[in-house]
Amino acid sequence: MTELGTISFGLLIIFAAVGGAAVLTWFERRLLGVWQDRYGPNRLGPFGVLQVAADMLKLLTKHDWVPPFADRLVFVFAPTAIVVAMLLGFAVVPFGPDLYVLDINIGLLFFLGMTSLAVYSVLLGGLASNNKYALLGGLRSAAQMVSYEVFMGLSLMGVVMLTGSFSMRDIVEAQRDVWYCVPQVLGLFTFMIAGIAESHRLPFDLPEAEHELTAGFHTEYGGMKFAMFMLGEYLGLILICCMITTLFFGGWLGPVLPPVVWFCLKVFALICFFVLLRAAIPRPRYDQLMSLGWKIMLPLTLFNLLLTGAIALWMEG
Amino acid sequence: MPQAQQTSDSNATVNGLFSRFGAPSFTAQPTQDNTPTLWVERHKLLEVLAHLRAEFPMLLDLFGIDERLREHRPEAALDFTIVYHLLSLEAREEIRIKVGVSSDDASVPSAHLIWPNANWYEREAWDMYGVEFSGHPNLRRILLPPTWEGHALRKDHPARATEMEPFSLDEEKQAAEQEALLFKPEEWGMARATEDTEFMFLNLGPNHPSVHGVFRIALQLDGEVIVDAVPDIGYHHRGAEKMAERQTWHSFIPYTDRIDYLGGVMNNLAYVMAIEQLAGIEVPPRAKIIRIMMAELFRISSHLVFYGTFAQDVGQMSPVFYMFADRERLFGIIEAITGGRMHPAWFRIGGVAQDLPQGWDKMVREFIDSMPARMDHYQTMAMDNSILKQRTVGIGEYDTAEALSWGITGASLRATGMDFDLRRDRPYGGYDEFEFEVPIGNRGDSYDRAAVRVEEIRQSLRIIRQCLDNMPEGPYKSEHKLTTPPPKERTMQDIETLIHHFLSVSWGPVMPVGEASFPIEATKGINNYHLVSDGGTTSYRTRIRTPSFPALQQIPDFCKGLLIPDLIAIIASIDFVMADVDR
Repeated sequence: MTELGTISFGLLIIFAAVGGAAVLTWFERRLLGVWQDRYGPNRLGPFGVLQVAADMLKLLTKHDWVPPFADRLVFVFAPTAIVVAMLLGFAVVPFGPDLYVLDINIGLLFFLGMTSLAVYSVLLGGLASNNKYALLGGLRSAAQMVSYEVFMGLSLMGVVMLTGSFSMRDIVEAQRDVWYCVPQVLGLFTFMIAGIAESHRLPFDLPEAEHELTAGFHTEYGGMKFAMFMLGEYLGLILICCMITTLFFGGWLGPVLPPVVWFCLKVFALICFFVLLRAAIPRPRYDQLMSLGWKIMLPLTLFNLLLTGAIALWMEG
Repeated sequence: MPQAQQTSDSNATVNGLFSRFGAPSFTAQPTQDNTPTLWVERHKLLEVLAHLRAEFPMLLDLFGIDERLREHRPEAALDFTIVYHLLSLEAREEIRIKVGVSSDDASVPSAHLIWPNANWYEREAWDMYGVEFSGHPNLRRILLPPTWEGHALRKDHPARATEMEPFSLDEEKQAAEQEALLFKPEEWGMARATEDTEFMFLNLGPNHPSVHGVFRIALQLDGEVIVDAVPDIGYHHRGAEKMAERQTWHSFIPYTDRIDYLGGVMNNLAYVMAIEQLAGIEVPPRAKIIRIMMAELFRISSHLVFYGTFAQDVGQMSPVFYMFADRERLFGIIEAITGGRMHPAWFRIGGVAQDLPQGWDKMVREFIDSMPARMDHYQTMAMDNSILKQRTVGIGEYDTAEALSWGITGASLRATGMDFDLRRDRPYGGYDEFEFEVPIGNRGDSYDRAAVRVEEIRQSLRIIRQCLDNMPEGPYKSEHKLTTPPPKERTMQDIETLIHHFLSVSWGPVMPVGEASFPIEATKGINNYHLVSDGGTTSYRTRIRTPSFPALQQIPDFCKGLLIPDLIAIIASIDFVMADVDR
């Protein structure tokens, strides 16, 4: 692609991702409604889809307030960090054989780096608010992220080993015969759990945990600053689903339909699955989450890594 | 009506007291409910209470009465009376101990070392009557704001805003009020720091998603570990007991609905049964069964709210919607029968307000037929969920002895393995004709408290089915002259009933002089209205003993060393509403 083409495609991705996240707020509520025997937002526009616009208008017109006791600079900066980091993460996602912003040979590492950056947003937001609930939320998120980052990266190494490359396109191309969700089922399982933890959605929404910490790290946030956190969360959800599709479900690969449609369908199915998880599972306690991470998930990931390595060697030799 | 008290057994207790302390130490007061009521001298009070502690592990209630304007005052009464209402679950006995004090020396020794739950009750009595409790560890206001002037349940304290100066709140006063609400750890004997830790003090509430109303717990935290906790109540206080002294016996019924606002007519039941005890009204069989059916419908409704919010508070998002949908269908039935939903105020002194409407049985049958399958569904969805179990099993445990000494009743008591249910063990209002089981737990933890309530829903469905199959014919109101309003059919036929109708509707019925109470197994535990009639159209004193009040008092006792999420699980599992706590 030419430079201009890349830039305009990048902009297109940004708009699509942000728009997708916005529509996702409505879609998730409707889908939860289906599972919870109720309607969800259904009044505004066809199937209530204009609810998104109404929510946006409401959030835009809210008082842009910074609490007097907060650390002003950090308080304002924190919500932007998560959105920027998540949007940058989309750069390495291959939506089709030729549809990508960036194809670098460390694409996977770039993605991991960006999601790690997003943690700062939650952490800084919690700290800058100078509120006890926010502080507890921030602390929880720090601990949670540290534990889950570790095996998030490791859980993907099996995929890298099988492909022999960090490039996302290579990884997809390597799945022509069989999707990695079959040989890397353990990796998929652990990555999915780490992914939910990373996007801190129920059941891993401990930094927020409204039943315990009112709203956790974003207790003091309102209006557009709050909306940025929400946007970041939904962008994170889409990004994780894109990554799972790319790494484990053959990305754009699929018969008959154009590649980008296949990609979107797979992402959509995964998003529905994530919403279902949210509807179904209660929230574990914070220390239980930690011990799950360190005592079960990490050994499982390491085991997967050893096994994959051994098999890879055996196949070669 | 089945007697509230088996007199022969209780005489043994009274005789025991007489032989131990000598009969002259006591003055017996006859009451309409036949509960032995003994006056003791103040200097003997603690000795007597300590003696009774062995037999009566539970202090059911402790409250004051302002006797100064009472015409038919008991001989032993002085200006203020403090009443200790004790309950023995094994022997199913009650006893009341009363002690009188004069207003210039209004002080009673504190009983908090005998029953720990006396602590809050004594604070309440001090708050409302200004009677001091010597030796009390922290005698401060509990229901009224710390800045309140006067003692609200004294007869000389105004009962309505119009009797007082117009209320105003300038900035200075507002600042003072806010300052008064600030939690000061020193007042509760808490350190702000130890040598190596600085504690964090967190206001959990009064506005917090998981405290089920306006309820504050001030937490002393070391990280997320709870070192100590101070529950702070009173934000929902509406002075229901004071209002009862202005309303007629009849017109107070709607206020009772709003005490445990999830319990609906269950509150009416406790109140009207106490009045019927006072007036000696026998309720006809159809009215009894209608009452039981409605009360059990409300028990299910309340437990469904509990079930849903319990799952929600441990972070499960969906179940609450299912439970509320069921509750909505239940409200449809209640609306068809009573015309109201949450607060139907439908029971009357001597019966119920109307007969059942045509087609009620079809609606009720449809509901109880559909529920068991749904309950199975909820079981797999919520109670069998492994994360929910991890969050609640072994969290917030207490044993039967602790529960009794803190005055815990109802499902929270049964969860400890205590097999006691007033409906079965001292049947009232017709429950003796029903077959049902009393579910109990064994660990006394948050999970058991929920599991017992879930099973109670099924048992209530059983009771309702029996009501449905065996609904007797006949009048829905008693023929007794104090039935309010009296049966309409006879109003226009003879002068006697017309006069009664006219008087008890315009002025309100006049209840015979005396005292009575009637503990019932309400949705959240034992609910008990102690009524004092001075022969007027209004109650002289209405004391409302609610199960939620002691439940909150116990929280600090078993949440130490746990984490905040555990505390939320505990709060979710003890099933209280703030209106029931604060009244």
